[in-house]
Parts: sequence; C-alpha cells; structure tokens
Amino acid sequence: MRYEAVIGIECHVELKTASKMFCGCANRFGAEPNTLVCPVCLGMPGALPVPNAAAIEYMIRAGLAFNAAIPSFSKFDRKNYFYPDMPKNYQISQYDMPLTQGGVVRYWLEDGTLHECRLTRIHLEEDTGKSTHAGSGDGRIAGSAYSLVDFNRAGVPLMECVSEPDLRSAEEAVAFLEMLRRTLMAIGVSDVKMEEGSLRCDANVSIRPFGSESYGTKTEIKNMNSFRSVRRAIESEIARQSAMLDAGERIVQETLGWDEANGTTISMRSKELAHDYRYFPDPDLVPMEISAERVSAVRAKMPPLPIERFERYTKAYGFNIKQTAQLIDAPEIAEFFDRSVEVSKQPQQTQNFVLGDLSRLANESGIAIHQSPVSPEHLGELVALVEAKTINSKIAKELLARMWAGEGSPKAIVEREGLAQTSDPAALARFVDEVLAANAASVAEYRAGKSNVFGFLVGAVMKSSRGKADPAAVNALLRERLGG
Amino acid sequence: MATIAKSAAEIARAVNARECSAREMIDATMDRIAAVEPQVGAFLSVLERQARESADALDARIAAGERFPLAGVPLAVKDNLALDGTVTTCGSKMLERWVAPYTATAVRSMLAAGAIPVGKANMDEFAMGSSCENSALGVTRNPYDLHRVPGGSSGGSAASVAAHEAAIALGSDTGGSIREPAAFCNLVGFKPTYGRISRYGLIAFASSLDQIGPLTRSVEDAALAYDAMAGFDPMDATSVDRSVEPTAGTLREDLHGLRIGVVKQFDTHKLGADIDDVYDRALHDLEALGAEIVEVELPTADYGLATYYLIAPAECSSNLARFDGVRYGLRVDGVDVAEMNERTRAAGFGPEVKRRILIGTYALSSGYYDAYYVRAQKARTLVARDFAKAFEKCDLIAAPATSSPAFRFQSKSDPYSMYLMDYYTIPMSLAGLPALSVPCGWVTPEGGERPMPLGLQLTAPLFAERPLLAAAHAYERATMHAAKHGTEVVEVAR
Amino acid sequence: MSSENLDIAYVAKLARIALTDEEVERFGTQLGDLLGHVATLADLDLDSIPATAQVVESRNVVREDCERDSLDREKVLAGAPQRQGAFIRVPRIIGQA
Ligand SMILES: [Mg+2]
Ligand SMILES: [Zn+2]
Repeated sequence: MRYEAVIGIECHVELKTASKMFCGCANRFGAEPNTLVCPVCLGMPGALPVPNAAAIEYMIRAGLAFNAAIPSFSKFDRKNYFYPDMPKNYQISQYDMPLTQGGVVRYWLEDGTLHECRLTRIHLEEDTGKSTHAGSGDGRIAGSAYSLVDFNRAGVPLMECVSEPDLRSAEEAVAFLEMLRRTLMAIGVSDVKMEEGSLRCDANVSIRPFGSESYGTKTEIKNMNSFRSVRRAIESEIARQSAMLDAGERIVQETLGWDEANGTTISMRSKELAHDYRYFPDPDLVPMEISAERVSAVRAKMPPLPIERFERYTKAYGFNIKQTAQLIDAPEIAEFFDRSVEVSKQPQQTQNFVLGDLSRLANESGIAIHQSPVSPEHLGELVALVEAKTINSKIAKELLARMWAGEGSPKAIVEREGLAQTSDPAALARFVDEVLAANAASVAEYRAGKSNVFGFLVGAVMKSSRGKADPAAVNALLRERLGG
Repeated sequence: MATIAKSAAEIARAVNARECSAREMIDATMDRIAAVEPQVGAFLSVLERQARESADALDARIAAGERFPLAGVPLAVKDNLALDGTVTTCGSKMLERWVAPYTATAVRSMLAAGAIPVGKANMDEFAMGSSCENSALGVTRNPYDLHRVPGGSSGGSAASVAAHEAAIALGSDTGGSIREPAAFCNLVGFKPTYGRISRYGLIAFASSLDQIGPLTRSVEDAALAYDAMAGFDPMDATSVDRSVEPTAGTLREDLHGLRIGVVKQFDTHKLGADIDDVYDRALHDLEALGAEIVEVELPTADYGLATYYLIAPAECSSNLARFDGVRYGLRVDGVDVAEMNERTRAAGFGPEVKRRILIGTYALSSGYYDAYYVRAQKARTLVARDFAKAFEKCDLIAAPATSSPAFRFQSKSDPYSMYLMDYYTIPMSLAGLPALSVPCGWVTPEGGERPMPLGLQLTAPLFAERPLLAAAHAYERATMHAAKHGTEVVEVAR
Repeated sequence: MSSENLDIAYVAKLARIALTDEEVERFGTQLGDLLGHVATLADLDLDSIPATAQVVESRNVVREDCERDSLDREKVLAGAPQRQGAFIRVPRIIGQA
C-alpha cells in the first residue's frame, strides 16, 4: 500500500548574540573547554540570570519573518529535569506564553512550487553544556564508561521552533528547513550551522493511507546532523513504518536515533521515568511586555526576506528557479543586485551582469562582489547606459573593467571621455565615407560578390569611431552606401 | 579605644575620626569571638586573617582621607551569602567545603561601606528552619540562655550580634528568618521590601520570597546597613529599579500623626498571659508616643502558612536541584549519573531539606500543579490584597514577631509545630512587605530561669522602609527594652 | 485537594533523592500531614483570582548584549568533585532522550 507521510519538525537554533542568554560570557563556538563560564551559566549557588535584550529582539525578528503573532505579554518558565550537562538541573525556557505564536514558513521545492508549513510557536530558552562520552571507543552514549562535560555552550540563547505536522515528504521537510535556515540567516539572528550545532532538529514522523484525515502513531527522530541525514532518516523511517503497516504490525510511539553509518533509525528507549517537567514561572525573572510600538520598530528594520525576494524574482522579474536560488542563497549578492536594480530598473540585464561579467571578475580577483570597488549603484548606472543605448555592450565591458579598477561612476567616465554612442547620422556618414574611401579595394571585392568583406568594413567603421558608433546604424548605412 | 560594645554607628564614627583604628576594632572583636564562641557557636568559620588584612587596608584608606559609613564595623555574614574565597556552606554537608568564587552584591555593598566580615554565621540548612537546629554543621546557642535556640534560620547571625561578636549581621528572611531570631535574641531584625536588596550571591531557598536584611542592636544600625545595601543591581532581575532614599538621617523620636493598625485576626490573647501583657504594653507605648491605634483586618491571614508551605518548597525543589554532585560540592559516587545524583542528595541534605524538596516536587508535579501550586499563588494574591486594603486605614501594622520567646533545644519535634513559629511573619513575606522586629519586652518562659526577650513586628506598605525605620526608632528610644536584661555572655558593656 | 495519591517513591525519584525504607515511611506520614494542613486552601474561593508569581510588578528587566569576563578555568574546576583535564567528569549517563 502507498502511504502519505505526516511530518512535523522541532528545531533548536542558537542565536548569534555576543554574550550568552543570561550572563555576560561570550557566545562563541570552539573555545577551550570550560573557559566561557561564570557563576551564572554554571548554575553556581546564589547566581542569578538576567536576560539578554538582543536575544529577545532576535525572537521578535524571527516571529515577524514568519508572520507569527508577537503576544504583548511573555514570560520565562523553568523546565525541571536532571541532566549532567544542564547546570541548574532546570532549563530556563518558555511554557505557556512564548515570545511568538503561530506563523507560517513558506518554502519552495526544486520544481519552483511554493508550499507552506505552519508554525506552532517559537520560544526562547538556554542551551545546555556538551558531554563527550568516553571509555567505550565509539563516542556514543550507550556503553560509555563515563562522560566529560564542557559548559561553554551552557546558557547560549536558543530558539526552539516547533512546526505543525504540515510536511508530507522528506523533500518537503528539507526544503522547509532550508527556508528556515536562509530566513534566519537573512534576518541576522543565527549562523544556523548544522555542523557546529547551531541548528539541531528532530522530526516527528507518522504515515497514513492517502485520503485519511486522522494521524497515525508518530515516532520522533533525533541526532540528524545534516540536511542530507534529515532526508535519509525521514525516508528510511517512512519506509520502515510502511513495511510495518503492510505486514500488519503496529507502530510504537518512541524516540529514535539516526544512525548515519548504517542508514537506519534505531530505538533509543531509555529506562527513565515518564517526563514530568514541573514547569512553573521562573521566580528569578520578571515578565516581558512587548508593546505594539516596539514590534513596529523591529519590523521597520527588517531586511528583505528570502521569500519576498523569491516572489519578486520569479513573478515580477520572471527569473527561473535556478537563477533565483543562486541569488537568494548568496544574500550579499542578492542585496547588491536589488540595489543595482533600483538604479537600472532592468532586472534581467542587471542579473546578467551580476551573475555574468561581475561574478567572473570577482572570481578572477578573489574579491567578493559586494566588497569590490564596483558599487551596486554604479553597476545599475552601467546597465541603464546600455539599456538606453548610450553605450554599446563592448564599451560596457570596458567600462566594467575600469569600474572594477576603481574608476567609479560609469556615467562620469562616459561624459568625461565622450564615449557616448554616436547615432548622429552626419557623424556616422562621415565615418562610413572615410572608411569607404580608404578601402576602395575591399569595396570593389564586396561589389564583386565577396559578401564576407562586409564584416570587415563594419569593423573598420567601428574602429574609426573608437567604438562609439551604434553598430546597427553602421550596418544600415553601409548597406545603403554599397547599394544593397 | 576599641570596644566591641559600641553600636555600628558609634564604631564608624570613631574609626572615621581616627579615635580608634579598624585594626584595633577587629583585634578586639577577634578576642571577643575567641572568648565566647565556645559557648555561643555563632560562626561556621571565622575570617581572622582576612578581617585583620581588610582592617589594615581600610585604615590606610582612612589615613589617606577617605571616609566610610560603616568604617571598621565587624560584620557577621550568614553562610548562605557568597564571599569570594571563603567557604560558603549554607549550613549543609552538601557545601561543607565549597569555596565561593564570587561575592554577593549585598556583601560587596557592605564591604564598600567599610564593614569588615569577621565570620560566616551558622544557619538552618539552606535557610529552612526556625531554630538553627537544622544546621548540619554546628550548634548555635541563644546568648540570653544557652539552653535555648537562637531562632532561625539566621540563628548564627542573631547570636553573633547578641553576643557582641559582630556589630551587624547579614541574614536572609524567606518567611521570618531574620525577624524571628532577632526577636529571640533581643535584636532589631529588618526584612526590607522584596527586591530592595539584590539577591545576587544569596544561595536561593525560595526565590520569590528571599530577602537579605540586617540584624543589629539598634534601629539606627539597621538603617545604616539598609542604606548601604538597598538599590537596583543589574545582576538581579528581581531587584527593584527605583530610587532609594537614605533612612539613617530621618529616624524619629515620636509617632504623632501615625496610624498603627492592629490585626483583628492576630488575636494575641491566646499566647499566654505574660506574653499578652507584653504586647498590650507595646501598643500602649506606641499610643503614648502619639500614634493612633486602629483595628484592621487580614481575613486571609490564617491561610498564610498553607500558602507559604506550598510556594516555598516548590521553588526550593527547583532551586536545590543544582546540588547534584557534578560541578561543585559533595559527590557520592554511583554506577551512573542518576545513582550518583540520588546518593549525593541523600547524603548531602538533611531531613528538613529533603522534606521540603519532596513536598515541592510533589506540588509541582503533573496532575497536582493546579491543585497545589497555582492555588497557593492565587491565595498569595488574596494575602497581598488584604494588606493593601488594611494599609488604606493605617500607616504601619503592629503584630507579634513570634508566638513565644526562644524555646529549648529539641522541643519542637514535629515539623508542623516548628512551621507554626512563622505564623506572624509569613503573611508579610508573601506580600513582599518591609517588616522588622524590634525588642518589646521580656517574659520568663514556663520552666525557664531567666527572662527572655520578645519582639514587636512592625510592617509597612511596599517600599515604605523610611517611615517603618523611623517609627521603630522612636519606639526603641522611648522604651529601651533591649537594655533591660542580659546574661554573662551578653553583658560586656552595660 | 487530596493527598491520597502521594507516591513518595515516585516523587523521590523525580527529585533524585535516594530514600531508605524508613524514610519513605516517615516522610510519607509527615508529608501526608502537611498536605492535610495545606488543604485548608480549598476553603478559599479562588476561581476569579489571578495568580501571583512575584509581588513586585517589574517588567522587561534585561541586560545589554555585552560580553564580560568569564571565570578563570582553574577557579571553576577547583571546586569540581572530579575533573579530567579541562573537563568535569561524571559517571556514565544512561541514555536519556
Ligand atoms: Mg527545548
Ligand atoms: Zn556565564
């Protein structure tokens, strides 16, 4: 039987603040173990948390990016459970009044179709430290003899993002995560690096016969550490569940780990008690009130979102998915492009320049486009000059090289050096007549039927005009003069 | 000449005036500690070397022209307050050898004002108790009768000041832990408004109730200590960002124009004839000073205890989860982390702490949260509203601090009878109000040999520390109850 | 509000405190008594009463996102019951989700 998968994603994203969530220790990956810790993030007796204003601001940004509601009142709660890399044995988190509620992630698939996955909520919490499991050889928790704990990560601000079960395939789940990642990067709240653990995700997976409205029993997959493993893990779990249902077996609700090496999910059943987190409002922290004015102020400072660019590029500009994605996934270049278009008013031409000649120059010199001496406004000017036929594409290439060398505004160069394309018929006629007079032999050959001489004559005219002549006009005039 | 009998105000004046040096003051205090500690047992550690060094450093600064409001004042610090480099035990085996790597903000403020810590004071383990008998690390005796408890949980703090081993002690009050031992030891014990003094560095018992405050031999000294410590601390999000007006200069000599409320539900005529007489007399004295006595109601006063004994344990169960044998303190090994945690906590915590962690865990657990914790938080709202209403009719509320004077060791065997000791102090804690206990008279307990002190509890609206201290000062000056009796341990100056 | 279901062993497990049989017995009785006392709260009509988590109504107390010095690592590890190199060492962690 063919089944429909029902998938929901829960992911944790570390925010890229300068300091931790509740103390001033640096929020930095890769430092020497236990050097970025203080009484607060070590949960020392007597130490107290004070929330990081930037982390709260980042949450509002994230909420707005996904069209979530930002409630006017929010608070922190304690989630109580024992774990050796969690210093206080409770995590400061948010229970019933998260900073954002609802919202939707709009994402596209490779075929360019747009899809939506609703969000339940995004809440703010603190990260735990990191345990290294030792004494067993393979670094896994099961079978290890002891663990070594590094608390540098403890207290790093963490955003937990929970989706509704709106995803229907591994492909959708990955596309959703990619959209989440590029959006969070675009709004500057996280590096979202799966390899450094700043994005960690779990997937809830169930299957049901196509057409069914009810949900099947779900399992939760953990330990997926790349988008590739997310895709493989979900596909493997869908296959496993399908085979079980086909065989008349029952799915057990459980937590599974993804075994990358063997390409299978494995049961992580623990002998722990059922979780009883005993949430209650954290009495060390006071509630947050987020005014409508504050939300508007954050909204006013939001950068362009990837989904907005997607719609503009594909619908208004008519770009294909490949070009669109290429721009969006290089946000600095997309930003450069957008600013150029504002000046040029010519999206397609501008895109050709940005992804073509300019990218080539950038590659050759090893300087990123947005850091080169070519400003987006000047590039826009250049495109506009070509578009207005003030210069031809040959001159444009030369000008771009000179702009890359730091000469500044192309318009200024054109004006200063009289490089504007000549379409004045008298001037053109002068160039043509001079060329015809100086190349009598070639003219004779042409008239004798050697039509390939025509190209040579055009080139000669262009040359004597120092490239300023409009090639189309030169063509027409030559043909007229040569009688045909 | 350095004499330990002086008040903190007198010491600071003399040291600033260079009539005596801080070093002389500390040397004299150390002599006194050596003399009486074997009987009193106020301290878990005496900071002899650090205190003498600090005194020398202070003397140098004073010689250079600086002046300090608490110059050279010997300070006892309750052992739940972090002081960098000192063992900070909370009266528990769990932290018996834990050296604090930082200093509590309140202690820092006292240091900046020129006070000199001389020792870390004994306490009920993790501040849970009303007699100091729950300390896992030592016995503290009441200097007024060594067979009796000093009160708790700030019992060592109270005993040290009563026995003149310090001029000011810092305590913490969650449900009465400053006011009750102050009453038992003939001291002024002051719990400011919740949030007035930073809790940063105070090892938490119940975060929404804990408040640091001074225990002193005079209201003026309490005001000086309060002035040094009050104010917003960016390290404590629950400290209140609100201007603090100094109180020490505004103490009054009379109570004209002040309405003092007496709580109908706190019918004191059930405490025993002797005690009732003391409190009746206190009300007359307040009236004689010009106050108008009015009756007010706190209809939910009787629910205070039940409310408190849900909220405080709930918060404590979470606050004390960090004592797990991983990062600091005691560890008792086990085959895995969970067993190590369980064994460590079994060995590290005493029975009262375990009881409260268990009850709090239960009150927060799935299925009981609404019935217990949320109900208690709602009841807390009613208690606070009752006070707000009562304060429409009066400026201060007068009540007993305790229902009896200090009792004998081991006389409260069942936990609930010990909890009842806090009956008069808990409602104020639930409402976050500033309250203090000031000595108000003496009774000779049944079967006792000598008179023991009682405390009058005065309570003010939120943030009204100024009128509270002013009125307490007027009452103290007019009655001088504190000076009327004593014991050999106490008598050093009078 | 009833304490009939007070399963002291379960609660002790949640709180990670090993109890002896004697303690299970004694704490069970004492906690049962205390729950009896706090049951008086059932007399109050609290339906329309908001809960008080904090008495002083501050809002939005936050800190600027500034980096500050951390503790010296030796100071951190000095108090640890067991260290291994730069890490704090703990017994094996039984797989927990
Ligand atoms: Mg989480
Ligand atoms: Zn820190």
